[in-house]
Amino acid sequence: MTMSQATEVKKTRQHTMLLNMGPSHPAMHGIIRLILELDGEQIVNSDVEIGYLHRAFEKSSEQAGYLQVIPYTDRLNYVSPLINNMGYSMAVERLFDIKPTERCEYIRVIMSELSRVCDHLTCIGASAMELGAFTAFLYMIKAREFIYQGIEMVTGARLTISYIRPGGVKGDLPPEFEAHTRKAIKETRDVLKECHKLLTRNRIFVDRLKDIGVISAEDALAYGITGPFLRSTGVDYDVRKNCSYSVYDRFDFEVPIGTTGDNYDRYLCRMEEMEQSLRIVEQAFAKIPPGNVMVDPEGREIPAAMMVDLAKMGETEGLIQLEVNLDPTLDGTTKRYFDGVEADEKRAVLPAKEDTYGNIEGLMQHFKLIMLGHGIVPPKGEVYQAVEGGNGELGFFIVSDGTGRPYRVRVRPPCFTIMAALPLMINGGFLADIIPTFGSVNMIGGELDR
Amino acid sequence: MILEKVKEKFLDDIYETYEFRGDLVAVVNKEIIRDLMKFLKTDPNLDFNILMDLTAVDYLLEDRTPRFDVVYHLYSLAKNHRIRVKAGVDKKDLAIDSLVSIWPIADWFEREVWDMFGIKFTGHPHLKRILMYEEFKGHPLRKDYLYNKRQPLVGPKN
Repeated sequence: MTMSQATEVKKTRQHTMLLNMGPSHPAMHGIIRLILELDGEQIVNSDVEIGYLHRAFEKSSEQAGYLQVIPYTDRLNYVSPLINNMGYSMAVERLFDIKPTERCEYIRVIMSELSRVCDHLTCIGASAMELGAFTAFLYMIKAREFIYQGIEMVTGARLTISYIRPGGVKGDLPPEFEAHTRKAIKETRDVLKECHKLLTRNRIFVDRLKDIGVISAEDALAYGITGPFLRSTGVDYDVRKNCSYSVYDRFDFEVPIGTTGDNYDRYLCRMEEMEQSLRIVEQAFAKIPPGNVMVDPEGREIPAAMMVDLAKMGETEGLIQLEVNLDPTLDGTTKRYFDGVEADEKRAVLPAKEDTYGNIEGLMQHFKLIMLGHGIVPPKGEVYQAVEGGNGELGFFIVSDGTGRPYRVRVRPPCFTIMAALPLMINGGFLADIIPTFGSVNMIGGELDR
Repeated sequence: MILEKVKEKFLDDIYETYEFRGDLVAVVNKEIIRDLMKFLKTDPNLDFNILMDLTAVDYLLEDRTPRFDVVYHLYSLAKNHRIRVKAGVDKKDLAIDSLVSIWPIADWFEREVWDMFGIKFTGHPHLKRILMYEEFKGHPLRKDYLYNKRQPLVGPKN
């Protein structure tokens, strides 16, 4: 049913009903209120009300130094926080004119592609569950769990990770990460295969998605929609390809394009994008320049706990030459790990904890970076940095007034523009079609409302 | 090249153009904003078809006139280039032309700028708050709105 037909219905019948869907509705993940004017089950008109998860991200960012904004960015798109970290860090790096090391760039790419897979898994799984396909949801969450375990291994947290920071990353990849991720990639591929079998040609699923929530390419561009949503309409725009950043130009991957711009195309785009992201991760593992590996003189890795045990027993002979193999996500990050993943820029990068606790220069550097008014001071100016987030172009616009704290931090949230266009997709349709359309938007409250 | 073209067309209404860290910036007179945007969108050599972002910055602490900058980020899909347009809006006349007729997404972006900075957009069909609630007093992203200021939450009217 088109829009003009819907308005005709409105003219012939007198009574329409107003219905509030949300702010907390069980079939809509995220708090958002849809005000619907219904004629029977048909939507005549609709309005979207947002702001229920507004927590003043932009105002808070103006209060502290550049490094202290990182934890706030975790909470923007909380399904793929690593991409937010990366976008913000890259914007600050451009403001400061710092270049991160080669290894660091690869780590960032690996981590943000894994996050993208998590994002899409959550989106498809949750929207399939809302249509009754609970099995697919459980399978996808299982795959996401494997990836999350890897992320936890590297960053030490599952959600509020604050891993990527201006100048580098918090610590190097742990040695067992690659093997774990390869296993996780295999598991994810199996899950994707299973879900393809379960969903892609499933009659009920296809009937609910096909030709529902259609948006044309012109409308999508006029509404500034980006990401899988825009690509499903047939427009080839991916920030990773078009405005390549970091080391994305060194990987071979494809950008899946849809044709009709309906829910089903969006589903297919996301499914294919996951496969492409996994390909990027595999290539990155093959190309990543080596970091520092901690081994004892005989070539064996020695954990810190074992060293302590030996020392307690008085067997310290020979230990003095050994480097301790600490978990890089813990506070006692070994200093040599840092050289590979942090930029040389002393004015921007937090020193290794050994330096902070072990010598006066490190302590001073740490103090100056953490205390307001002593830390990094960028030149006056402003930058806009875009990265490809899970839902589209995630942009950070940072204004510096030449002091230690950002004058203004603006986030361009990708799902904000999609939510603005939501009435276009649901008007004239049925009430029940809101669920798959809304599911395909992958609205993330933290990013939408900031 | 892009900046030259813009300067050529609008002459004295372009106050300043520069490049910082690879971003092209044009500072313009707010009176021409709608014409300029139409030109940027339709000129075949520029072809800026996407309004990527629209926001504002409050320069109260720098004590300058105009106090606010409304900042537009445009992107051209075909030409793959970006531009940032800044238009100053002073507190004496807190209004600038709305771009809703050119890009429908400006609707929500402008509502957000109104909500956060209190800048009016003339020609906007229904300028109302978007993230804060209607009964909220003040505009929180202004520099003179204190960070720790608290207000009671008034429920919706209906």
